[in-house]
Amino acid sequence: MKIVIINYGAGNIQSIKFAIERLGYQAVLSDNVDEIKNADKVIFPGVGEASSAMNKLRESGLDKLVPTLKQPVLGICLGMQLMCNSTEEGDTKGLGIFDVDVVRFTNEVKVPQIGWNQIRDFKSHLFEGVTNESYIYLVHSFYAPVCNETICVTDYGVNYSTALQKNNFYGTQFHPEKSSDVGEKILSNFLKLDLLS
Amino acid sequence: MLTKRIVPCLDIKNGRTVKGVNFVDLRDAGDPVELAAIYAKTGADELVFLDISATEERRKTLADLVRNVAKEVNIPFTVGGGISSVEDVDILLQNGADKVSVNSSAVKRPELINELSSKFGSQCITVAIDAKQIDGEWIVHLVGGKVPTELNLFDWAKEVEQRGAGEILFTSMDNDGTKDGFANKALARLSTELNIPIIASGGAGNMQHFVDTFKEGKADAALAASVFHFKEIGIPELKEKLKNEGIPVRL
Repeated sequence: MKIVIINYGAGNIQSIKFAIERLGYQAVLSDNVDEIKNADKVIFPGVGEASSAMNKLRESGLDKLVPTLKQPVLGICLGMQLMCNSTEEGDTKGLGIFDVDVVRFTNEVKVPQIGWNQIRDFKSHLFEGVTNESYIYLVHSFYAPVCNETICVTDYGVNYSTALQKNNFYGTQFHPEKSSDVGEKILSNFLKLDLLS
Repeated sequence: MLTKRIVPCLDIKNGRTVKGVNFVDLRDAGDPVELAAIYAKTGADELVFLDISATEERRKTLADLVRNVAKEVNIPFTVGGGISSVEDVDILLQNGADKVSVNSSAVKRPELINELSSKFGSQCITVAIDAKQIDGEWIVHLVGGKVPTELNLFDWAKEVEQRGAGEILFTSMDNDGTKDGFANKALARLSTELNIPIIASGGAGNMQHFVDTFKEGKADAALAASVFHFKEIGIPELKEKLKNEGIPVRL
């Protein structure tokens, strides 16, 4: 299986590569259109600030490529947010894959949310074998509200989407690569998606 | 529900853990990677590596360590010690660190916080603040608490938040090493006046101290070193105790 992690200069992407290796697979980092197109699984990571990450995507032309991909694609954290219509962070237009607008947490809660919270209401094979209310690691200031494409939710002042899915596109707000055994299970499920579905 | 975090801190010198670590099951007591993996398995929520080396090769040694930890450990970790530039942070994040913490360099040049948070995002920038009370006022100190500054703890903490820090690691030098409990009054004030997470540090001696710092100190996370390294407190037992006290924890 060929796993490609899209490398567009956005933050810590070694961790996801190492997590995939711990599961017994290999992954390559790439910004090459053909290499990404021909992968069996694509990971779309993202750490950092939305508008500058989106600019980097545009500069490399990857903003056009990602929405056309046919294989399973997993956006993580900011990667997931950039797959939405827009985000309030830097007033940024997203890739429009998920039909939802990302907004900032209100100051009713501490922002950023940093730490371990719980996930529930699973609606996807991605969570096969994962117990309801399992703990996952999050670090973020903006969130996707609950929408038609929500496949998992979490409470932090509001009930919001911690994962989204539309067709072959998946996104998690949490970091599966940093979420201990639960995260590894979810990542492993993604890598085995064609076998599960 | 967002849980309170338990954070063991490892002091690192030239790629090795320093200060006594009393883990009989460790093959190599000085190997930070092995120690980190054990903490991750026993329920630590996050780890902090504080580098205290002062050699020429320190940057490369630390980058290698970060890489090795990231390969083995499936929970987040923060790296601090001697970080003073965008380039320093870039190397650590590229090698797999999740967050970095800056301390003295931010006091000397506060714009560093703005530069780091705009380049890497607030979520990976922790500002560590060491302070102690002088005539009843909390004063920020440098060099591990040896050198006083002119800065008031609460003023500096607010400035740090405004400049884009994602989190504050507050160490009370009055409490550090005493095993008498955390500085809960100051912590509660920080937690109330600021809207970013606060990590309590300095003073952990028993499990009740953790209960108190979450309840009275309103801390979001609690950091400790020796009580964990010397197995005076086991993380599973600590979390059980916190849960019984009604504090949300990951079990």
